[in-house]
Amino acid sequence: MAEKGTLKVKTGLAEMLKGGVIMDVTTPEQAKIAEEAGACAVMALERVPADIRAAGGVARMADPTIIKAIMETVTIPVMAKVRIGHFVEAQILEHLGVDYIDESEVLTPADEQHHIDKLAFKVPFVCGARNLGEALRRIGEGAAMIRTKGEPGTGNVVEAVRHMRKVMGEIRRLQNMPREELMAAAKEMGAPYELVLSVAENGRLPVVNFAAGGIATPADAALMMQLGCDGIFVGSGIFKSNNPAARAKAVVAATTHFNDPKILAEVSRDLGEAMPGLEIASIQPEQRMQDRGW
Amino acid sequence: MLIGVLALQGAFREHEKMLRACGEDMETRQVRLPGQLEGIDGLVIPGGESTTMGKLMIEFGLLEPIRELGDRGVPIFGTCAGLIMLAKDIAGSEQPRLGLMDISVERNAFGRQVESFEDDLDIPAIGEEPFRAVFIRAPYILSVESSVQVLARFGEKIVFARQGRLLAAAFHPELTGDARVHRYFLETAFCN
Repeated sequence: MAEKGTLKVKTGLAEMLKGGVIMDVTTPEQAKIAEEAGACAVMALERVPADIRAAGGVARMADPTIIKAIMETVTIPVMAKVRIGHFVEAQILEHLGVDYIDESEVLTPADEQHHIDKLAFKVPFVCGARNLGEALRRIGEGAAMIRTKGEPGTGNVVEAVRHMRKVMGEIRRLQNMPREELMAAAKEMGAPYELVLSVAENGRLPVVNFAAGGIATPADAALMMQLGCDGIFVGSGIFKSNNPAARAKAVVAATTHFNDPKILAEVSRDLGEAMPGLEIASIQPEQRMQDRGW
Repeated sequence: MLIGVLALQGAFREHEKMLRACGEDMETRQVRLPGQLEGIDGLVIPGGESTTMGKLMIEFGLLEPIRELGDRGVPIFGTCAGLIMLAKDIAGSEQPRLGLMDISVERNAFGRQVESFEDDLDIPAIGEEPFRAVFIRAPYILSVESSVQVLARFGEKIVFARQGRLLAAAFHPELTGDARVHRYFLETAFCN
């Protein structure tokens, strides 16, 4: 009998997105531009993170009308965001038929202690993480894909780099540990022991790991790929720049050819202004999105 | 033997792993630029997004050279997006393609991700034991010309087919631990 919503099917879609770029879009027109530029998926939103940051207040799941309109416009997978812990927003998105749900710190959390039980859904989830423990807790809850949190809406890649280095460093540390130390490591990281064991044995997360949060240029994308991620999310970086179509295409090429400086130099030319950046130190601690999630 | 794996986007590493598991003399090479096609004995086009792959194939000049490889009889195996790239006809789409196989395909033919599934598939060509096939936003083959041999169907739908040294699967044999489909590709491609 055909089995739907299995772990293999959920993680499998993330495997197919690897080496690709997933772009935030707020209208069907933007979704079309992203698809034309070679995005492997789009994230349907009401506002990109930079605008959410500027607007303040409570940020919620997008209006289903927007999400549906985007789903009808493109043939590539469509993702959408729900608030951390807001399983009813997730039920609504599953009903709408989105291809992936991002339980995202970009939106205002609905629960300050618990994330969604993602195993209860047929639709797969991606979640943000700043370190290995956080990534493994999310995978333990059923996330089929992980991304760094970075600091969304800043156009500043420094936090995404910090989080990717942290996750990769912790994976290497587990690989070098004698087995008897892994239980204490699991306790210390607050991560399920079985997943800690799996990472120690395989030297990688059990699911695909993308980079997100602050990526604004082709060079940023290639940097994250060289640091070991599997693919790229670009939030505000495309449609807050002054030539979205050209920048989107360049980021896609840079993600494929991340190890080829000649191509990176070519695609980085004449893109116009990138999105305006934000210095992380200038953000009030309570406005840092990366600290949302438990 | 050296098999190229198109590495523009998608599940190329999983294919490399499966191919290398097929024999000690098996080597693989990631292909992102035309020069990397030189000297390969066969090519795998993995799953991923066919629109993304098609655009990158054009931008980096891979479409024509790969088509020429196929015309020259170099074995090519496409899975999911790779099957779409190999097809002559894609229902309702003008997207770039190699058009090497006389098949007509429908994209996302089983529906969106929530309809993605796995199931046991009978593939007589690789043995009696069913193959655990993973279908992800999968296409299927609507029709084939007489030059094409149908290797498996899911219900009525054609999901695995061969035309000479070209092989196309709508599912993802690289995501299961079972290397029989990859072995079949290598055997039919190089042992006749």
